[in-house]
Parts: sequence; C-alpha cells; structure tokens
Amino acid sequence: MSLLLTIKLALTNIRTNKLRSGLTMLGLIIGIASVIILVGIGKGATESVTNEMSGLGADLLTVYIYDGQTTISYSDLDDFLGLPNIDAIAPYKSLSASVSRGNVKLEYFNLLATNENYLDVMGYDLGEGRPFSEIDIENSTKAVIIGNSIAEKLFNLTDPLGKTIKINGDDYTVVGTLTAGSSMSEADNILLVPLTTAKYLGSNTAVSQLYLKTDNAENVDGAAKEVKSYVETNYNIDSDSLNVYTNTGILESMKEVSAQLSLLLGGIAGISLIVGGIGIMNVMLVSVTERTREIGIRKSLGAKRRDISKQFLIESLVLSLLGGIIGILTGIGCGALINTIVAYLGYSHIFALSPGVVVLSFSVSAAVGLIFGSFPSYRAACLRPIDALKQE
Amino acid sequence: MIQLIDLTKSFQMGEETITAVNHVNFQAEKGEFISIVGPSGSGKSTLMNILGLLDTADSGTYLLNQEDVTTLSDNQQAVIRNAKIGFVFQSFHLLPRINALENVMVPLLYHGYSEKQAREKALFYLDKVNLLGREKHLPKQLSGGQQQRVAIARALSCDPEIILADEPTGALDSKTGTEIMGLMERLNEGGQTIVVITHDMSVAKRARRVVEMHDGNLKEGEDPQ
Ligand SMILES: Nc1ncnc2c1ncn2[C@@H]1O[C@H](COP(=O)(O)OP(=O)(O)O)[C@@H](O)[C@H]1O
Ligand SMILES: [Mg+2]
Repeated sequence: MSLLLTIKLALTNIRTNKLRSGLTMLGLIIGIASVIILVGIGKGATESVTNEMSGLGADLLTVYIYDGQTTISYSDLDDFLGLPNIDAIAPYKSLSASVSRGNVKLEYFNLLATNENYLDVMGYDLGEGRPFSEIDIENSTKAVIIGNSIAEKLFNLTDPLGKTIKINGDDYTVVGTLTAGSSMSEADNILLVPLTTAKYLGSNTAVSQLYLKTDNAENVDGAAKEVKSYVETNYNIDSDSLNVYTNTGILESMKEVSAQLSLLLGGIAGISLIVGGIGIMNVMLVSVTERTREIGIRKSLGAKRRDISKQFLIESLVLSLLGGIIGILTGIGCGALINTIVAYLGYSHIFALSPGVVVLSFSVSAAVGLIFGSFPSYRAACLRPIDALKQE
Repeated sequence: MIQLIDLTKSFQMGEETITAVNHVNFQAEKGEFISIVGPSGSGKSTLMNILGLLDTADSGTYLLNQEDVTTLSDNQQAVIRNAKIGFVFQSFHLLPRINALENVMVPLLYHGYSEKQAREKALFYLDKVNLLGREKHLPKQLSGGQQQRVAIARALSCDPEIILADEPTGALDSKTGTEIMGLMERLNEGGQTIVVITHDMSVAKRARRVVEMHDGNLKEGEDPQ
C-alpha cells in the first residue's frame, strides 16, 4: 500500500477518535509549547542579561598610557576604528576646574572632556536634552552634560536645560542631563564637556586614556591584544607603560549564568517531551489492543508485517507531528502574548523566538512519534492472524 | 490443487488436550464446490483456518498446487492469503470505519494495485454481487445479507484460486441465507473453487460434494445427488 494511502488511513483513524487523539496531542502540544516558551524566555533573559552586562562594560576596553609623556593626538584617534572588532572610540581627559552657579560653588571638581561617543560607550542614558555632536567637538562649543546629583546640587529643583553654569569663570550651557542611574552608576556625579574645550581649561586635545567599545563582549580579549600591539608599535611604548584593561570576569559569569539557565530550561523541556511521548505510546498501545480484530482482518486479506507496522507507525507519526505543529504555534502565540502583556506593563520583551528551537521541536516531535510508536507497531505486526481474528 | 496429508492440530486447555483436527487427509480439485458439515466443536473452523493459512498445524503436510506451504515465512503466507485465498466469515469481518467500496479495495491495495485500478476492480466485483449504488455505505448502514455480499466481493477481488467460507449463512435469516448460497453456486458455475463450512444440511446439500467432520476426524460423505 502506498505511503499516501497509509497517511490518509492514519488521518481517518485519528479523526474517528477525535477526543482521544486530541487528548494525546494535548500532552505533546503542552510539551512542545513549553519548550518554545521556556527556551524563548531563556533566550530573552540571556539577551537582557547581555545588555545589562554590556552596560557594566563587558564589551569595553580601557586603554591607559602612563609613561607621563606619550599621548594620542585627536586626529589619530580614528585609526583605532581600523582595528578588528572596534566599534566606537571615546577618548577622555580628566580635568580639575571650579564649577559654580550663583552661590553654589564646587572647587577642584573633576570633570571629563570627551567626545560624542562617551554616553553610548559607557552605556549611560541621556534623560533630557541632547548628546554632544561632532559640531560641538569641532567648534569647541561651551556645552555641558550633567549627572543627576550635580543637577540637584546646582539647580535644586529647577529645570537645568538651556541654563548656564560657570566653569573656571566661562559660561557653559547645559544641553543635556543624565537619568538617575542604578545603584552601580557613576553617572550621577559626572560632568561632561566637549573634548576640544580642554584648551579653555588649561589643557589640550591629546589624550592618554580612551575607551574602546567592541562589537561583542565575546571579542573583547582578541581586540585587547590587537590594540595593545598597535599602540606599542605605533607609539613606541614599552608594555610596562601601557595598560589595556578588559572586564573578562563579568563576561565569564555572564556565560556561566546563561549556560546554567539553558541547562535548566532544557531539562524541564526534555521532561515534558518524554511525558508527551509516553502519552503517545500509551494511546498507540490502546489503539493496537482495540484494533486487534482489524489487524486480524487485514492480515487475513494479505497484509504483511510491514504493512501493519507501517500503518501504526505512520499513525503515531502523524499524531505527534500534528501535536508538534500545534504546539509550536501555541508556543509562539503564548510568547507573543507574554511580550504584549509585559510591554503593556512597561517592561522590555522577555520572550525571544529562535528559529533553531522551532526546527528542533519539529524534529523532536517526529522522533517522539517514531520512537514511542515503534513498540506498539511492532506488537501489532507480530500478532498471529488467527489470534487477532478471534479477539473480541 | 489442495492436499492435506495426515494433518493434526490440538489445543491445550489446562490439563486437557483437545485434538481439534485428528490425522486428516483431504483433497480438493479446481472447480469443486465442497461443503464441510459436522456438529459444533467438531473441528471444522480449525481445519479451515489451517487451509486459509491463518493458523498452523502441529504435524502433517499441506500442499497448495504441489507446493508445501507449512514451511513458508510469515510474509510468504501473507502473499498467498492475498492472492490465492478469499475468506468469507460468519460475522462478515468488514472493517467498520470504511465504506463498502473501500473494504473491497483493501486486498487489492495490499496486492499492489494503484488506488485507481483497485477502485475499478472493486466496483466490478460489487457489481457482480449486485451492490452497485451501495458502495459509499458504511457496513453498519447495510443489512446482514448486503454485508455478506460485500465480504464475498472482497473475497473475490484478487481473483483467488479458492474461496473459504465459514458458516457464511450462520448470521443471516433463511431467505437471505438462500440468496447467499445461490450467489455461491453461480460463482462455482463460473469456475470458482469453493469450500463452505456449515452445520445446516439444507445449505450443505447445494454443494456437489459433502464431507463430514466428527471429533476432529474427517469422513467423505455420501453423494447428496
Ligand atoms: N484457540 C483455541 N484454544 C483452545 N481450544 C480451541 C481453540 N480453538 C478451537 N478450540 C477447540 O477445538 C475444537 C474445535 O473447534 P472448532 O474448530 O471451532 O469447531 P467447529 O468450527 O466445528 O465448531 C473445540 O473443542 C474448541 O473448543
Ligand atoms: Mg466453527
């Protein structure tokens, strides 16, 4: 009998036992759907943990030249972008100045002269106003971006945007403020000015410290080596006077967390699939017992062992694949629903669908059907025609 | 065509051993219409199950067209059941979830015919048993006599060498039973070899040769004519 006909036959049998087939599939549907949801949430969680970790600088390189004389000139900085995996550069100079507004005065305040990439590289969020632009850097605009605590000190409860403060006696306009940081944030006490305004503050634009942002936290170590040898050869510095820091410790713990998370979710998913598979085997065994007489009749009409086993195996396969497909769709639907609800509550998404899991779930459903269907079909195929026929 | 030599089959029932078929010798030629009669429990069905390769004997030889079929593998026996033997059972044994036409198609599909060929052949045999127009009916939507005619069409579908019928009229009223036996007779007149089991002498009398079974022993009966 052809495969197509056998599939038709399987569908007929599944349809005539709608309730039972539905309940069996339900086991698998729940199994597959929870795989999709759990792995999706695992992936979503890993993504947000990765983002969080990037905020803590796992993807960051800190270059620090401390021989006291060598500096990198502002115009040479772009050369670092030519190095592999380097996405952005934020040079900075730490300068001491007196900062005041009205009666409030902060003496010997440490402010940072930097470029337009600093906020992005450090993962700081601009609350109000605008970031620095290249034009600010080019024109040495007397602009300033201030952290939350500074804003409170200088402006009390009034809106600082567009107002001026005095730095070493010159007027600087507040163009942006940073959002109040999390507990770990240094952002609250920061005061940024464009790198090129350093010349008004008794310094110049050549830097000995810079942050480099890599494209991915995974590539940080490789990039560090490249940067180190690049600076050593091009600036003729011996390695004692140069430090390229990374935060690999953070990266390691991040990897560990996501590996454990995946393992846990994978375990839960695996258990639910086995349960679903046993459900299928159970139903197929019942189905074989119930249809013993049908098997006898088919054998008396010339069905070979493989005709019978094929019939039951394909039925189990069709059942599990149907369950798998419905489960995949249910899982995706639930994931989308979760994201919608979470978005409504004002959080970012926590479910991320990966195509790999869909393909895997589909293959697993097929495997479940084959593995758990093979024993019942073998049982059916081995029945002796006369015994099967005499069964009531 | 069929030759049984010294065939024996017994069943173990606890302590007791029941010899259902006891050193039986039997021969059937092409074109014969044989009825096997005997009281209930005399071993008729057991003998027929062995003839139909549904069951195996304990000892003895079964030759089908000079070929010893007792030693064949499961699959080879399935092929013989499919191509050379047609069964008609007392309780019809139709598959309940598929319609009359599909029931007749089952052996044809196992035989390897395409769905289209199988349908054509099945319709031909349904016509032969006078059931055209009922082919879409499920078994439960047909009367007993109609169901048995579907079963006969199914038994005929692969053009078997022999039809084995175990009390084909046993579940039917006498008028319908007579019709079914009439159908069998016509098939035999067309050259079909038939063995019918019955304990109804009026049914048996329609066959050209009657053999009797008693406690597992087979004895050639008197010519009914
Ligand atoms: N599977 C079996 N197990 C035990 N005894 C059986 C079995 N099949 C048949 N018998 C016994 O074998 C004898 C013959 O049975 P059977 O061939 O069905 O007789 P008939 O068809 O002539 O009524 C009976 O005594 C019956 O009880
Ligand atoms: Mg009987």
